[in-house]
Amino acid sequence: MTETASTGPAGGDVRLAGISKKYGSFRAVEPLDLTVPQGTFFALLGASGCGKTTTLRMIAGLEDPTTGTVFLGDRDVTDLPPHKRPVNTVFQSYALFPHLDIFENVAFGLRRRGIKSVKKQVGEMLDLVQLGDHARRKPQQLSGGQQQRVAVARALINRPQVLLLDEPLGALDLKLRRQMQLELKRIQTEVGVTFIHVTHDQEEAMTMADTIAVMNAGRVEQLGSPGELYENPRTTFVANFLGTSNLIETEILGTDGAGLTVSGGGGCKLMLPRDRCSTGTAAGGKVLVGIRPEKITLTHADDAGAIPEGRNRVPGRIADTSFIGVSTQYVVHSPVCPDLAVYAQNIERDARLVPGADVVLHWNPEHTFGLGADQDRSAGEGEAA
Amino acid sequence: MNPLTALRRARRHLVVIAGLLTLAYMILPNVVVMVFSFNKPTGRFNYSWNHFSLDAWKSPCGAAGLCGSLGLSLQIAVYATIGATVLGTMIAFALVRYRFHGRGPVNSLIFLPMAMPEVVMAASLLTLFLNLGAQLGFWTILIAHIMFCLSFVVVAVKARVMSMDPRLEEAARDLYAGPVQTFLRVTLPIAAPGIAAGALLSFALSFDDFIITNFNAGSTVTFPMFVWGSAQRGTPVQINVIGTAMFVIAVLIVVAGQLVSGRRARAGSAS
Repeated sequence: MTETASTGPAGGDVRLAGISKKYGSFRAVEPLDLTVPQGTFFALLGASGCGKTTTLRMIAGLEDPTTGTVFLGDRDVTDLPPHKRPVNTVFQSYALFPHLDIFENVAFGLRRRGIKSVKKQVGEMLDLVQLGDHARRKPQQLSGGQQQRVAVARALINRPQVLLLDEPLGALDLKLRRQMQLELKRIQTEVGVTFIHVTHDQEEAMTMADTIAVMNAGRVEQLGSPGELYENPRTTFVANFLGTSNLIETEILGTDGAGLTVSGGGGCKLMLPRDRCSTGTAAGGKVLVGIRPEKITLTHADDAGAIPEGRNRVPGRIADTSFIGVSTQYVVHSPVCPDLAVYAQNIERDARLVPGADVVLHWNPEHTFGLGADQDRSAGEGEAA
Repeated sequence: MNPLTALRRARRHLVVIAGLLTLAYMILPNVVVMVFSFNKPTGRFNYSWNHFSLDAWKSPCGAAGLCGSLGLSLQIAVYATIGATVLGTMIAFALVRYRFHGRGPVNSLIFLPMAMPEVVMAASLLTLFLNLGAQLGFWTILIAHIMFCLSFVVVAVKARVMSMDPRLEEAARDLYAGPVQTFLRVTLPIAAPGIAAGALLSFALSFDDFIITNFNAGSTVTFPMFVWGSAQRGTPVQINVIGTAMFVIAVLIVVAGQLVSGRRARAGSAS
């Protein structure tokens, strides 16, 4: 009970207060405030060079922040060297000690803290990552996925308050990466340690994390659960970096209760919920209207009459289609936007939906979001891996 | 066998034949040394085969002054190896890890002893020692040996340290190893093959050196100097005995090393 009281519910949070990092005149991380609640799986997501790894290294103590404070619970650890912080890291290249076998790699942290009988703990930890029968091999005798699991075991055995993962799956092939994502999530649920995971792979972040902080150019663009970020992006960067978004430039015509009516090019009227618009809603203002490609339904122009009332409609002509198995991806030219992406599940395919066909795109207005029109419409596009 | 078949067979095994010839080329001098260690020469010179004898092997120190010079050479080689390895390792780490004024020049100057003709360096060293009023002998030999071994250690260790992943040391620090522990448990073991290579090279170079030693030895006589000196007046068979013994010991060490690492690798993959 006393232990629970001292580490308390808020006792294990990681709190970054105004930390920033400058290399010469280059600002790698802008002053940043961030709280990672204890026991969560937290992802720092961003393209390479956005400052996410630097942020992680400042938590580990491998990098000194230029300004700001790092708190673990209530304890200020900013000036503690890495070997005195109750934090462990899984490095991108795993950084397994090549001169030690798997057992000694995993036992390294325990031995350095003067723990003599490590055999039982190491055995249990190797079982957790399913490498019990590889204890006496050298790291270079293991496959990439196995090395990755050793790196996790080597860090976790120390029961750190926080486990830091720096692109831990970057070196693995796609199939193995999927498998390890689930594996890591399982381990995190099992041990209940706070995981802070740095990645440039939005799918990986969404699969594993409870909370994602999307970083861009040294700043946190938006923070939230995967669903929240995906459904309600507040900047064009987030809208484009997480999945794909169609962004249409529009002008606000007026508001009607909770709804907002805007006009796209070609006299096309669209509606969206006002609370999903992250910018001013005064009539005459500009707004970027966003819709995810999988929310759009394609109907051949001949059947336009069958589309129910109350849906957003945009006319267009199919420019290109690509069949990718579970779905078909269409590119549609439309007066409101030169190329709209539409993903349709391959359930009942309409044979008339071929390039050149006139179509109507329609979707539920609830799925529409609005972004400030002063941003670069293509920010974050093509940066996700 | 018809000549065409023989030719075809020879062509198929060309690489093997070339390899064996090269190997024979390298081994032959050693074989001569060994064979003549069992000779009983007629005169003072052990240059032509007379008949088989174990006399020299029975009394390896039979030649006056031989074992004294051998002991001295081994002693100098050990000290020179230790001195050069310690200093060279530190220099290598400094050159790779730190940015300091004069790092570039030091990096090139370190190669100078390797590039300088040995005999020139030997003469210059003697001039230096004489001007300093140093007593020629054990210490001047040792100082000279450490000097010319240093470059080789620096080159060997530097290559190893440069190719080392800096994340390994970060990982050690992250896993509760302080600076000293990180160095002893991670940095040093990983650099060890480079350090060992430098040390072995130092030992061989020092043990073997004649030119620089001869200039700076005063009245002290090392093993190479003894061999050189006796070659003028007559070569005792014991020289061949010592040579053969050193060769055999070296081969045994290599074989033992390979057996140990082979067993370790097998044990690793078997468990």
